[in-house]
Amino acid sequence: MSKTPIQFTLNGKPTSVFVNGGANLLEVLRRDVGDMTLKYGCGQGTCGTCTVLIDGEPHLGCLTLAETVEGRQIETVNGMADGPELHPLQKLFMENFAAQCGFCTPGMLMAASSLLNRNPNPSREEVVEAISGNICRCTGYEPIIDAILQAASSLRGRAF
Amino acid sequence: MSTIEFRKDIFADERDDNLNTIGKPEIRQDILGHVTGRSPYFDDHKFEGLLHLRCVRSIHHHAKIRSINTSAAEKMPGVVRVILPKDVPHNINTLLSLIGFGRDDEALLQDKKVAYLGEAIVAIVAETELQARNACKAVQVDYEVLPHVLDVEEAIKPSAPIVNDQYPNNTFDYHDLYDHQKLRFGDVEKAFSQADHIVEGEYQMSPIEQAPTETCGAIAAPEQNDRYVCYTSTQALFFSLGTTAKLLDMPSSKLHFVGGTVGGGFGGKVDSLHEPLAVLGAHLTGKPVKYTYDRAEEMQVGAPRGAERWRIKDGVMNDGRIIARQFTGFFDSGAYTRLSSYAIVKGTGHLPGPYTIPNVSSNVYCVYTNRTPATAMRGFGITGVDFSIECHMDKVAEAVGMNPIELRLLNAYRDGDMKAHRRIAKNCALIECVQVAAQKAAWLISPQYNAMSSLKDGGGERAQIPPTMIDDVGKIGERKSREIPTEPSSNGSMSTKPPSTIEFKGVSTAMNTVTPDELARPDLAPPTNTSEIAVPRPVPAAQPQAPQRSTTPYQQPVVTPPSQIAPASAPVVPPSAPVPNEPYKPAGDFQRGTKRPGNSPFVSGTRRR
Repeated sequence: MSKTPIQFTLNGKPTSVFVNGGANLLEVLRRDVGDMTLKYGCGQGTCGTCTVLIDGEPHLGCLTLAETVEGRQIETVNGMADGPELHPLQKLFMENFAAQCGFCTPGMLMAASSLLNRNPNPSREEVVEAISGNICRCTGYEPIIDAILQAASSLRGRAF
Repeated sequence: MSTIEFRKDIFADERDDNLNTIGKPEIRQDILGHVTGRSPYFDDHKFEGLLHLRCVRSIHHHAKIRSINTSAAEKMPGVVRVILPKDVPHNINTLLSLIGFGRDDEALLQDKKVAYLGEAIVAIVAETELQARNACKAVQVDYEVLPHVLDVEEAIKPSAPIVNDQYPNNTFDYHDLYDHQKLRFGDVEKAFSQADHIVEGEYQMSPIEQAPTETCGAIAAPEQNDRYVCYTSTQALFFSLGTTAKLLDMPSSKLHFVGGTVGGGFGGKVDSLHEPLAVLGAHLTGKPVKYTYDRAEEMQVGAPRGAERWRIKDGVMNDGRIIARQFTGFFDSGAYTRLSSYAIVKGTGHLPGPYTIPNVSSNVYCVYTNRTPATAMRGFGITGVDFSIECHMDKVAEAVGMNPIELRLLNAYRDGDMKAHRRIAKNCALIECVQVAAQKAAWLISPQYNAMSSLKDGGGERAQIPPTMIDDVGKIGERKSREIPTEPSSNGSMSTKPPSTIEFKGVSTAMNTVTPDELARPDLAPPTNTSEIAVPRPVPAAQPQAPQRSTTPYQQPVVTPPSQIAPASAPVVPPSAPVPNEPYKPAGDFQRGTKRPGNSPFVSGTRRR
């Protein structure tokens, strides 16, 4: 099978990889690049578990052709922490018990991170809307929503 | 931090509050891995040259397999190995065989007869998942389609197709005796005749898929020392290991299982179907092999919480006391046993729900149908019947014109009450939970009901085990010769024959016979002063009488019950019933293994101090 070389930036680092024609970004990032933080949940764009940010916007890895990310900026949970220092979203997810099995957490954090980047002061409704494409079977969502609202507050405090 | 509310005002004197961790919110020990994306789920392990396994699955609910032709599939690009049913060394198992419960009834790969849509027939190992999928499509299976049955009550008719060859009556055999699990406590028929109201209801739930975000799967690879490593999503690591060792006829010392990081389980990851096939694939190819469900398989083939149908009949007094409750339950096990037989035993121990009802009877059938086999899911065996019981409680409240919350408080069990499975209720908190819930929901309850407590009014007569009628309806094989009654314990009139004395676990049952005088005890009448809320006292059971045998003769049993079984239709009084009219008192401080009142030598949990 012929392979296509593609180059993109993954969590700030230039990355290049040969991909099979038609391969999706989820498989390429997991198997070829080795970033295991995004997960396979449904492979059909319904669960949000493979959410990544492409140029700051949330996208589903399983529905994104790998060739289309040529030259673009990709962010995953691997890029969230600053060295040993966790991102406020990560810290507040921990403190709010916003993960149980943890399988949806990387995708959930990406959706939340995208929201806070474009809207530093979201309402509860806006948080619910932002994570509405991410299915969590364990927590019942309330702790996740609380964690995102607290993280927004914490990030605003940091900015001022 | 978490928003859990601790109501330390309730049972405050029963608890130490100087503990470091218990009773306080804690951060999960594994959550750092979750928020950094580093928790190692089974599929996060990379292997050089990983092969992919997929299964050819039945396209029929029920069909004989005439032949399987894999010659085209073997020539497909990327195919490394075709695994046939004959390649599975010990191709028959039942999950609970590890604890000796039930007969082996399910093949890992099926070559004789498929009994549900999606049952695995052949496995194909290929270099990529796509190649494995394409090769699966190239396998030709010649089916002879059989009639199927998808409804539990259709399945127990004598004319129904046989779903599971190990259980030709389409029901699990309980205790080598009955086609259903029985519970008998007191005499419901007698109590029904004394009740002011009879309230009946039927409740049906659907199968529920656990739908974990991570689908079930496993990766196995040859390891050094002639072992196989297996990374798996299982919720039950050693259970999966034992099942793999059995199916593959392989010493468990050759298996190195790694698990513990489960991307959501909820019970759906205990069936141990992926580990044996992944290890077998690794064994036959010498390469790492991954076998995982895709989402469509997870939903169709992945075993759900089994659907249950319940009929409940209550005898209720005008003041709301429930004096008798009778259950008939049908548990849809799907095509194989898995854990449904066990779920019913567990559920029967829970009946009649968290209420003290002095006469309880239940017949629950574990029924095989041509549906996806059912398995564990959060409280399975309990949640389905609880749904039915709570719906029924509302119906009872309507029938007697009572506040439904007060109805629950009136009938709720209290510390020291005897439950129908012959254990003393302890550490009860239903009353307190209901009171708090009513308060939070701004649901008004009267002061008398707000003053009720789990610590008060229990025990005494409520701790007694009533003289109990048993019957022999539903012997294994009986159904093939006649229809079962829909209300199995309503089998005609009672005879007046005096009880015969029989031996039950070595204790004579001549004691503890209720005299007719006791039936007329004044304290058992409904309270005349309605301003005073009386906590219900038990309605006495009838004088033990032998129920009349069915008028239809018992013909041609398929299975003969073991000869040591007690004579049919004899009343049985539990051997260690407490002396009547003496409040229940524990014999001493709680110790694990202490014999409690009742029949069971097993005790779990701790008693209130």
